Amino acid sequence: MHELSIAQSIAEIVLQHIPVKEGVSVRSVRLTLGAMAGVVPDSLEFCFSAIAEGTPLEGAHLEIEHVPLTAHCNSCGADGEIEPTLFACGRCGGTSLHVLSGREMQVRDIEIEEHEGVR
Amino acid sequence: MSVITIERKVLEKNDVLAGQNRALLEKHGIFAINVVSSPGAGKTSLLERTLEHLAGRLSVAVIEGDVQTDFDARRVARYNVPAVQIVTAGGCHLEANLVHDALANIDLANVRLLIIENVGNLVCPSNYDLGEALKVVVASTTEGDDKPLKYPGMFRNSSVLIINKIDLLPYVNCSIAALRANALRINPSLAVFETSCTTGAGIPAWCDWLIARTGGAAV
Repeated sequence: MHELSIAQSIAEIVLQHIPVKEGVSVRSVRLTLGAMAGVVPDSLEFCFSAIAEGTPLEGAHLEIEHVPLTAHCNSCGADGEIEPTLFACGRCGGTSLHVLSGREMQVRDIEIEEHEGVR
Repeated sequence: MSVITIERKVLEKNDVLAGQNRALLEKHGIFAINVVSSPGAGKTSLLERTLEHLAGRLSVAVIEGDVQTDFDARRVARYNVPAVQIVTAGGCHLEANLVHDALANIDLANVRLLIIENVGNLVCPSNYDLGEALKVVVASTTEGDDKPLKYPGMFRNSSVLIINKIDLLPYVNCSIAALRANALRINPSLAVFETSCTTGAGIPAWCDWLIARTGGAAV
């Protein structure tokens, strides 16, 4: 259940980027998440909504962009998507792979709303 | 409504602190390993056998991570090595800041090898760099031979695999050949050791490897 600590890290980062004034709320947070990042999206969403309560992030939607596991095969030279439980090149079956993507966990951007007249 | 671009790694704070830990350890010439496994694979028993075998040959310090209790640090303290217990109070993994605080309680000048025993968990600890030189994953024969395929992230991120509890092979449904093949499929560069903490098998080879990696024996 490290999703809770990951949700906390996301909230900390986002709060550093929103204007410090009344009436600002975050509508959505866009996140990239690799297939090998070891994070359960449903669990992360649940933790994030719990963390967000009572902060400008309350009610914000977590938009998760999934990044597949891809690798360069050192045997046949192909670049392609890899099934994490097989960890073999989809073309030649080689297992000497250089991972290209799949471990990402990054806050991309946020959408904010500023409510006028709110104090 | 407006969009604000952020483009920051979620775990950047942990990574920065891990970098500081790594620099501190390198400054003191300390080789640090982060030992991970599922609960009950035998991390602490392996640590005890390792300390026993390295006594008088290599100066070791230990950081113990557990969700609750200081049982493990007490077990380790019997071997007269500096041991710091981190109780995560529910946290399923160690983070770099916890190790940073623990390092402040160890006299690093006299240490050549630091063993960090992570919380028993094959998922979460793989995301958190602690500043170690490498990760050592322990898989015991009682867990079966398909763990590497179920938890590829951890096996991919580790440099060493220790197959523990080999004395139980006659009684469990586990093939060492299959376990090795599955692990090496996920990570062909893994160094593999086979150990039993009950009989002591494989412990000398593992300890010799540790001594070689720390740059030779020195107490």
